[in-house]
Amino acid sequence: MAEAHIEVAGLIHEYDGRRVVSVERFSIERGKVLTLIGPNGSGKSTFLRLVGLLEKPTSGSTLVNGVDPWRANKTLDYRRRMAAVFQEPLLFSGSVFDNIAYGLKLRRLPRDEVRRRARRAMETIGIAHLAGRPSNRLSGGEAQRTSLARALAIEPEVLLLDEPLASLDPPTRESLLGDFEQILKGCGITTIYVTHNRTEALLLGDAIAVMVDGSVDQAGTAREVFDRPKTMTVAEIVGCDNLLPGRIVESSGGLVTIKIGDGEVEALSERPVGEEVLACIRPEDITIFKDGSPPSSARNHFSGRIAKIADLGALSRVTVEACIELVAFVTKKSVDEMGLAMGSQVTATFKATGIHVIGNGRRMCDEEGYCDHSGRREKPSDETG
Amino acid sequence: MDLIYLGFKQAFIMIFKGDRLVFEIALRSLIVSGTAVAISMIIGISLGLTIALARFPGRRVLLSLVNTGMGLPPTAVGLFVALLLARRGLFGFAELLYTKQAMIVAQTVIATPIVAGLTVAAVQNLNPKLRLQSLALGATRAQMLWTLIKEAKLPMLAAVMAGFGGVISEVGAVMMVGGNVTGDTQVLTTAVVEYVGKGNFPVAIALSLILLTLIFLVNFVLTQVQQRETSSWPKRISK
Repeated sequence: MAEAHIEVAGLIHEYDGRRVVSVERFSIERGKVLTLIGPNGSGKSTFLRLVGLLEKPTSGSTLVNGVDPWRANKTLDYRRRMAAVFQEPLLFSGSVFDNIAYGLKLRRLPRDEVRRRARRAMETIGIAHLAGRPSNRLSGGEAQRTSLARALAIEPEVLLLDEPLASLDPPTRESLLGDFEQILKGCGITTIYVTHNRTEALLLGDAIAVMVDGSVDQAGTAREVFDRPKTMTVAEIVGCDNLLPGRIVESSGGLVTIKIGDGEVEALSERPVGEEVLACIRPEDITIFKDGSPPSSARNHFSGRIAKIADLGALSRVTVEACIELVAFVTKKSVDEMGLAMGSQVTATFKATGIHVIGNGRRMCDEEGYCDHSGRREKPSDETG
Repeated sequence: MDLIYLGFKQAFIMIFKGDRLVFEIALRSLIVSGTAVAISMIIGISLGLTIALARFPGRRVLLSLVNTGMGLPPTAVGLFVALLLARRGLFGFAELLYTKQAMIVAQTVIATPIVAGLTVAAVQNLNPKLRLQSLALGATRAQMLWTLIKEAKLPMLAAVMAGFGGVISEVGAVMMVGGNVTGDTQVLTTAVVEYVGKGNFPVAIALSLILLTLIFLVNFVLTQVQQRETSSWPKRISK
């Protein structure tokens, strides 16, 4: 059993009587990276500040190494084992070196030690050449790298990152994301990484937690959360673009038939007949064929017309109007090869295993037994075109 | 015309020959106003930080009072300080009226709200998240406050300039509480008033020139510091 580094129990935080955070139970293992995703205003940043001992919760506790720092009156001691990087670089005046040495000087480390650790942090992040540069003469990426180096120089046990890439331009973000991945994986620092970007969450997180309206709705490995969201809200957050409400009309041997509008789909589930459910299908799990019957073993076929094609770069987001509306990701190449256009007659297919069935209630959590545990997916590139 | 010409000529002779009376008065002005500004920095910066960062009942009222205080009429301050320090006043036992200490008290009362008000503005102008970032890197509360003071040092220098400029050129309050006693509590401004009254224009002009020069020098030094801090900005633009 891995050791929990940070444990939260019954944590509640209110501003002027308005509840912004309410987390019943939450923990993160030592040395792991947890990504916390959720919509804007869901309380992620406040939660991070509470974990970072930067704000005192209205009630409940945060245990670090099994100790409640607020109760033990040791907040400074425990706060000094953590470091945070925020969305803005929040650099102080002075040089890059001054900034990176900041946390070390606060701890009154000897001058040699400060210099040694600051230099090491700068080398890790690749900004040693900027050491003497005034902090107000850095690009956005350089500034955020400085902010990260400043946090790493402290050699914290816990690293708190609050959307550190959100305000950067895409190329810089890509390059920094690579750096974060390299640094966070295997550095052994327990990390909470707040983001609303799914790619960052998947790439960096050993575990993912989804925060909605101040509480953690689901937590688990990336695959658990992304493939088997427990609620509609979580499904929306993790990118299940097809959330189709329907009713189970047949159920036998782990296979159910769900009536959705005028159509029917087959899915793997053990839910009983008559239950109202949501069929959750990721756009990358839907394959589109032009004309005729598809050479596919997929159980679910829907013929319809393309209502919209949105170009997302390498992928296109294709909306098909059949008896139900389906959204699919198709590679740009396939769109060109098949000559897909607005109004094209196509067939959209998906496997029974590509559907994840959840109860139809926004915040209703499933019983473990009702979950679709076999919902395996294939790579989008194999299925599209 | 002759009178003015002669006045300037004699004034320059006094200044360049180092007239003892003139320099004693100038030095006294510097000491009194310098001390007052130093004290008001301690009180004003603490008060300003408290108002800018803490949340407590009556904070807005206090801030309104400070803002009002930034424009306190020196004559009124002089009157009230004089009444408090007068023999039958609340602090009469200290026998401070007509001393340099009384002048320092009056000038401190004038300068403190200026320093406090500009400190509030300077600190509130900083990114509020800097406070969080400082704490998140392990600062104690005192270290965090010191960081904020350092970050706001440029506008705070402006506060010091404004405070010093305000008190050294002030005449009403020091006249009332200091009494303009020759050789003891006479400062540049009160001396100018006295010598003009006596028709001794050369001395008055010399003292006024020194007053202007002092204010210029203090502001020049502070501006140098300020500009050295900001000199990297244009380079950034041209890069």
